[in-house]
Amino acid sequence: MIPQIDLAAIDWMLVPVLAPLLGAIAGFVLPRAATAAGMAGLGLSAVGSAAITAQVRTGAAPSTAIGGWEPPLGIVLAADGLTAAFLLLTVVLTLAIGTTRALTPAPARGAAIFWPLMLLLVAGLNGAFLSTDIFNIYVTLEVAALAAVGLAVLTGSAAALRAALNYLLAGMLGGVLILLGIGLLFHAHGRLDLAGLAAVAGSAPSDGIALIAIIAGLALKAALFPLHAWLPAAHSNAQAPVSALLSALVLKAPLYVALRLWVGVLDPATASGTVLGVMGAGAILWGSVQALRAERLKLLVAYSTVAQVGLISLAFGLSAANPAAIAWTGAVTLMLAHGLAKAAMFMAAGRIVEEVGHDRIAELDRSPRRPTLAQFSFALAAISLIGLPPTLGFAGKWQLMEGAVRADAWIWLAMAMAGTLLSVGYLSRVLVGFLRFDRVRGAVGEHQGWTLADGPPLLLAVTAFGAGLFATHIIALLAAGAPLGQLPGAMQ
Amino acid sequence: MTPETIYGATGIALFAIGLYHALVLPSALRRIVALNVASVGAGFVMVIAAWRPGGGADPVPHALVITGIVVLVAATAVALALVRALHDADTTETDDTP
Amino acid sequence: MTEFLTGLPYLPLLILATSLGIAPVIFVLDDAHARARTALNLSAAAIKVALVIWLSWQVAQGTEYSLQFEMLPGLDFALRTDPLAVLFMALSATLWLLTTIYAVGYLEKGPHRSRFFGFFSICVGATVGIAMAGNLFTFLLFYELLTLATYPLVVHRGSAAALKAGRLYLIYTLSGGLMLLVGTLWLSVLAGSTEFVPRGIVVDLTDDHAGTLQIIFVLLIAGVGVKAALVPLHAWLPISMVAPAPVSALLHAVAVVKAGAFGIMRVVYEIYGIDTAQALGVTGPLAALAAVTIIYGSIRALGQDDIKRRLAFSTVSQVSYITLGVALASPVAAIGALAHLIHQGLMKITMFMAAGNLAEELHIKKVSQMNGVGRLMPGTMLAFSLAALGMIGVPPLAGFISKWYLASGSLAENADWVIAVLLGSSLLNAAYFLPILHRAWFLPPSGTTDSRLPTRPKIGWMMAGPPLGTAALVLVAGVLANAPFSPLEWTRFIVSREYTE
Repeated sequence: MIPQIDLAAIDWMLVPVLAPLLGAIAGFVLPRAATAAGMAGLGLSAVGSAAITAQVRTGAAPSTAIGGWEPPLGIVLAADGLTAAFLLLTVVLTLAIGTTRALTPAPARGAAIFWPLMLLLVAGLNGAFLSTDIFNIYVTLEVAALAAVGLAVLTGSAAALRAALNYLLAGMLGGVLILLGIGLLFHAHGRLDLAGLAAVAGSAPSDGIALIAIIAGLALKAALFPLHAWLPAAHSNAQAPVSALLSALVLKAPLYVALRLWVGVLDPATASGTVLGVMGAGAILWGSVQALRAERLKLLVAYSTVAQVGLISLAFGLSAANPAAIAWTGAVTLMLAHGLAKAAMFMAAGRIVEEVGHDRIAELDRSPRRPTLAQFSFALAAISLIGLPPTLGFAGKWQLMEGAVRADAWIWLAMAMAGTLLSVGYLSRVLVGFLRFDRVRGAVGEHQGWTLADGPPLLLAVTAFGAGLFATHIIALLAAGAPLGQLPGAMQ
Repeated sequence: MTPETIYGATGIALFAIGLYHALVLPSALRRIVALNVASVGAGFVMVIAAWRPGGGADPVPHALVITGIVVLVAATAVALALVRALHDADTTETDDTP
Repeated sequence: MTEFLTGLPYLPLLILATSLGIAPVIFVLDDAHARARTALNLSAAAIKVALVIWLSWQVAQGTEYSLQFEMLPGLDFALRTDPLAVLFMALSATLWLLTTIYAVGYLEKGPHRSRFFGFFSICVGATVGIAMAGNLFTFLLFYELLTLATYPLVVHRGSAAALKAGRLYLIYTLSGGLMLLVGTLWLSVLAGSTEFVPRGIVVDLTDDHAGTLQIIFVLLIAGVGVKAALVPLHAWLPISMVAPAPVSALLHAVAVVKAGAFGIMRVVYEIYGIDTAQALGVTGPLAALAAVTIIYGSIRALGQDDIKRRLAFSTVSQVSYITLGVALASPVAAIGALAHLIHQGLMKITMFMAAGNLAEELHIKKVSQMNGVGRLMPGTMLAFSLAALGMIGVPPLAGFISKWYLASGSLAENADWVIAVLLGSSLLNAAYFLPILHRAWFLPPSGTTDSRLPTRPKIGWMMAGPPLGTAALVLVAGVLANAPFSPLEWTRFIVSREYTE
């Protein structure tokens, strides 16, 4: 007799957390099978995430109390459209990065430990996306942060170690700030679930300090200007797949949590929105100027992350300052677009460095060796980051700018446009070199140096480029369960 | 002055001392210690919520504080390992370059 | 699902696919597979011409294909084949085929050819997309795609000069794109739509939002005006002449500048509507700007010794005939404008291909070196001369037809100053083209140090044929202007849609 399995009856909620966790343990215990265990863990987590997304799309609001324990002692995992979008982003990015890693000849250092750390990271991130109480979010964020630090030092160079130590200390500082905020909230209200806090937040005098502490901690973890100093070194000194993970995915978790708090718990006041906007504008300007001055390819890409986080923060601020704006979905779309494009860009940059042998931007055009496919991926990703149509970045930027126009917020619009022009400026420093040939010594042929490892970044870049055409479906997914509240702009 | 206020004020003060030193101290080791002090302060604030007038203590804050300590110990361990590795790397570098 | 599949407008999608779809394949086929690549490229271009002919037949019978799906909330990706779209598609498809043949000959054995032809295909695909765009939002998508795809072509030679020109090109076109984006965004928020509708979509808003509409008009026209090389947004065009000849020919005579001119038409006719635009008082300044551009471009062309730069300034001047015809708000002038969209493309591409032949075979890049080249390359110079005479407006060539309609239109609108502009411009055209013809045909080939000059170069059919072909079209479009399916007849068909109620 064949056992009948009712797919709908399976509780998928734990799968995106447990599967990578088990994969991490298996890979740690059996280093020789680390790749297989890692890909299996990621694959299973992908199935779970897809199943949860399917449930969310049908209008269900899946949620599970782990082990049957209800709050306050137990932990509840739940999903809505926003959760599903970030689970899917994690799946796509980690599968692509994992595949690249599996296709690349293993580097001498840290080959075996890469997989367990990456899976631990995925478990932490998915946990943060699914958690419904702020303490659990804190714990899962810390798990992810520790795994990320482990990944960042895989190269073993002194520069990477120093960068990772600063990264860790910044993360710990952020964590301690969040913990203080949690303590104050619990002290005042005796509860930590987001839904419950939403009803009571603001009623106690200490709530203001608590929320400022939490948001400051998250801003530190997300490297929001002027709390970004740790990011460029940490992201640019890691191995390329790790840089991709750190920049594209790990940074999104604190931003996601901030979004949850901002929309779900806080009563967004104009003043706080303006603060976020000013910080975002500062990040755009500072990150762009540093990217314009950077001499190394990976450092430029890392500084562009600082600027892009600023753009996302600008969208947060705009939405908070003008609740009628549709910029919330714009912010999320920008986060997803940055995830796809930045992962593609870091991996492509890694491939370029591998083929050319160095990453000095000024001398890239002297090399007769041009890894065309990696350059193409880099260019597509750059177009999405700049926000030209029809990319996903364009879809995000359009919503942000539409929000600004609807709210008559012309300064915000001007900032978004300035960010666009600046990103053209620093990214074209790299792109122009791809097309320059008069400084080459030696023959230049076509299509040099491509390997299978160019595939995943190309796929990610093409996705980032083309996904804007289907942005309306992404926005529809985000609206499931109304995590962002009623979206006046999207309703029309 | 209730015991709650005293504990609360102590917690905030500890946090502030830790935070200040984590930001200004130059040495990584000292900053790690400072972060631990700050974290203890945050735990203080949390654990006084367990105080119930006339009843037994609420177990939830204890569970939270213990979890927080575990997280902090893990992070501290990684940080110390990094400081050690960095120290070794620096020593090797200075040995290599006469 | 099957209903969805049968409901798709296959013909326009196929026309898009013949260039956008084959681009990735062309990128992958390197020089070891050059023959296969050329075969694919040319057959795709030929199929495209056939498909466009079929489409124009269908459209003339009253069929209109459309494809529409929501891309962002409230914003559709829309393709539509109205007669105006067909006009522009016919131009780009025909000239793509001829230019591709020319480019295969011109770039023989050059480096990075698969990259070149790949981006070339994307450019044509973007042009077709611009033609078929059913709303301003979709227009914007393809307009930016055109910018991106032309950049690698402008810097194709990979030299410092090419990159410098490319940087300027990007700065101009991307800033223009950003203005177009903001204008489109603002329009969509204000009007709730960006659809192209004959006689416009903003007529109900003129009472309450006249000022805003004027600002949006300026933003939109500035956005498309960069590509149409309206003064003072024209500086990128002469500098981009560092590109290889086929690029200058197709892109800077046809695809890019015409995309700008086409955008001006769509904005004036189908976003604002000519009556609304007139009521808002924006057509007068636009006409004045076009007139300034016409005269300025011609005067600058006089002073250029570099052949391609002289042609480029001539383009700046000539493209604004189209803008002028649109802005005059007269149906007759509109016919002239639309006809000139085609005629100017035919004439200018001929001259650029001829200039490319001179540079490639005789290493002649300056007007002052052109003494006697008519005897060395009679076919090429015959084509050049026909096109130049057409530009000046000598009957019965194509340029005469457009100028005639522009002049009649301005008379009908009592805009006598336009006659003066047209006359002045024609005199200037003669002043910068006739000396070239004089040198080429009547002066002996001497005065240069190049010893190879006196021998007549052997030129392949792939380079000799296309300019002669387009020159023949210049003649045919003029002589047979009243035949069915001539550009002029088709433009009358379009104008009747935009003007009659």
